[in-house]
Amino acid sequence: MIYALCFLLFMIGLYCTVVKKNMVKIVLGILVMEYAVNLFLILLGFRTKGVAPIIDRHALEGGQLTELFVNTSVDPLPQALVLTAIVISLGSLALIISVCIRIYNKYGTFDITQIRRLKG
Amino acid sequence: MNIPLPLFVAVPLFAAFVLPIFGKKGKSAATFLANVVTLGLVAMAVSTLGRTAVYQIGRWPIPFGINLVLDGLSSLVLVAVTVVSAAAMLFSVRYMEQYTAKSKFLCLFMLMVAGMNGVVLSGDMFNLFVFIEIASLSSYALVAFGCEAEELEASFKYMVLGQIASLFILFAVAITYAQTGYLNMAYISQSVAASGMSKGLYFAVALFIVGFGLKAALVPFHAWLPDAHPSAPAPISAMLSGVLIKTLGVYALARVLFNVFGIFTLSDLHIEISWIIIGLAILSMITGAFLAFGQTDIKRLMAYSSVSQVGYIVLGLGLGGLIISKGLNPAWALLALLGGLFHLVNHSVYKSLLFLSSGSIQMSTGTRDMTQMGGLANKLPVTGTTATIASAAIAGVPPFSGFWSKLIIVIAAVQAHYYWIGAVVVFVSLCTLIMYLKLQKNVFLGELPENLKDITEQKGTMKISLIVLAVLCVVMGLLLLVPALKEGVLEPAAQSLASGAEYAVNVIQMAR
Amino acid sequence: MKGMTVIVKTISSWVKILIFIFGIYIILFGHLSPGGGFPGGVILASSFILLMLAFSRQEAEKYFPLSVASKFDCIGALLFILLALMGLGFGINAFFWNFLQQEYLAAHETVLKLISAGSIPLYNIFIGLKVCASLFLVIVVLSMTRPELPSEQEQHLEE
Repeated sequence: MIYALCFLLFMIGLYCTVVKKNMVKIVLGILVMEYAVNLFLILLGFRTKGVAPIIDRHALEGGQLTELFVNTSVDPLPQALVLTAIVISLGSLALIISVCIRIYNKYGTFDITQIRRLKG
Repeated sequence: MNIPLPLFVAVPLFAAFVLPIFGKKGKSAATFLANVVTLGLVAMAVSTLGRTAVYQIGRWPIPFGINLVLDGLSSLVLVAVTVVSAAAMLFSVRYMEQYTAKSKFLCLFMLMVAGMNGVVLSGDMFNLFVFIEIASLSSYALVAFGCEAEELEASFKYMVLGQIASLFILFAVAITYAQTGYLNMAYISQSVAASGMSKGLYFAVALFIVGFGLKAALVPFHAWLPDAHPSAPAPISAMLSGVLIKTLGVYALARVLFNVFGIFTLSDLHIEISWIIIGLAILSMITGAFLAFGQTDIKRLMAYSSVSQVGYIVLGLGLGGLIISKGLNPAWALLALLGGLFHLVNHSVYKSLLFLSSGSIQMSTGTRDMTQMGGLANKLPVTGTTATIASAAIAGVPPFSGFWSKLIIVIAAVQAHYYWIGAVVVFVSLCTLIMYLKLQKNVFLGELPENLKDITEQKGTMKISLIVLAVLCVVMGLLLLVPALKEGVLEPAAQSLASGAEYAVNVIQMAR
Repeated sequence: MKGMTVIVKTISSWVKILIFIFGIYIILFGHLSPGGGFPGGVILASSFILLMLAFSRQEAEKYFPLSVASKFDCIGALLFILLALMGLGFGINAFFWNFLQQEYLAAHETVLKLISAGSIPLYNIFIGLKVCASLFLVIVVLSMTRPELPSEQEQHLEE
């Protein structure tokens, strides 16, 4: 059920990217889509009444570390995937925003219906 | 000598971060080092032909760690990527003097090569996504390299569509992880074979087809290609059109559909997944060919022709998948896959040659518009000859390499009794021939306009890279005709796709 | 650029040191508690960006010149790749292997101490350096572009 809501958020971002005319709004649509995918990935690892997958001194000295970890903690793999995906989206956001700023310098507008020199 | 596989990724990454340190004063030293690195990569790639290996990174065993896999298909595409990048780097020694920030160009180029090598070698789904992103991000920056108004506009369109594609791919990887619990390609393949496809996995495959189709510029998703490829500097256009759309799009699609998920039937609708692929391919072939007729810009015509030729490659792969899933004679499937993969390698060579010669024309005449040119064959002899060879090869004139790969696809279609597919292939070949005859007539034959009377050929290493690629165009037909080369190079590649689920068995066995 | 008011300038000139130290803490303890190279690098970069916002871009460039930032960027990535390649010296299949832990420190069983886990803290430090330099460069370069309005272009043409 909650995964369908993540997909709905993804579709809202896609709608924003496809329909809006201001370049910055298109970039924001891409950002909303990134958030939706990251949220979906984290929710995949969730487990009700789970704890964070961090080993600290109490767990280490209490014994039975492996069973405790496997039975109660949330899945740490999607969290690593999301960290990587966030870094990648930061890099691409920096690039796309700088291209938007340069386009504004050259064309004088953020409206994509007026940025149409390449045709055919 | 056994080269450890991560060196294919680590060496270009190392070069990418060493080269900007040279700065403005060491520009010639930096260029020399970059050329040495790309030529070294060609040598390393050729030494992997015929070898298969699995490399576990960090000595972590397979389902826990990331692995790199080298099989027949990977080594074929690696050779294509490294040869085209070496030729483009050699060309850019003289060409990029027109731009100011050459050290940044070298850094981005090396990052793109590292990303593409990583895509080809990756054995893990999320690792595939990360390397796709590395290659894509550096290509977005390289398309906008000149910072003119039109280049920035093209780069913005390319970036938005490319980011959407990457997000679709990441979503699909997430759904696959949810359904199977593994990220490693071999283990996903075994899990899917054991428990069958569920609704979530069908959805994941649909998202993969859309995502990789956008990267490969198949037709409903091709809108970025005719703007992005002409706006990039010529060596980058050669790389983008020659290898990037093929590794990020076609190779990844083939790997995921043939080896990870296996060719299957959508049982509720009774449609094979291969018919969807063939449908997209035929649409690309016809649309690309027709849209290229009315173009006056040389590079835009070549970009539309790329859309059409990628359709050929995907048609070969789809036909192979169709024959496998219908259970017909496996030799026909191998032939279709061989045709598609041979066309992939051929198209890398001659499309990059075409784009590099258009760069040479642009540097000499200062324009890309066909209507303002004519009769350049006498003034630019090397460029004229190599461009003619490339046009003949892409149009399918015997004995150049393009003829053989198209012939194989037609033979495979006819043998499997799909005569109409063979007819479509021949028809689009005719359209390609007309398109390139138009290019040749307007640019090289005819009368020389007044303002171009004094142009000369550019000196330097540009001629070397053009001549090397032209020789390869002529000689690559031998890859098919000489049996030793065919069995050593092409057949392992086709076999690794046709074997499907055996990929997983081989990988797990080799890793032990 | 004038910068902000006196209150903001005074406070930010001592808060920036606290943020810097916090960033270094997150990088160094990355193998024990959440954090690591990338978030720590972002926090380090934000201390310089605070300087740029509160004073002016020229002040920030005096502390951390752009050419030095670009060199640190490349050096951080180079050190990362060199550390990964050094694993190859221990066997042909040991790229990225945690050789410091397995070869040199295997005798000392230290878990959950600051100096443990071999080469992972080193990877964190190099990535933190690279991310700090990169983000600072990105934000400073983004703030350097000025729009050329059409009227300014006509003035240039007239001159």
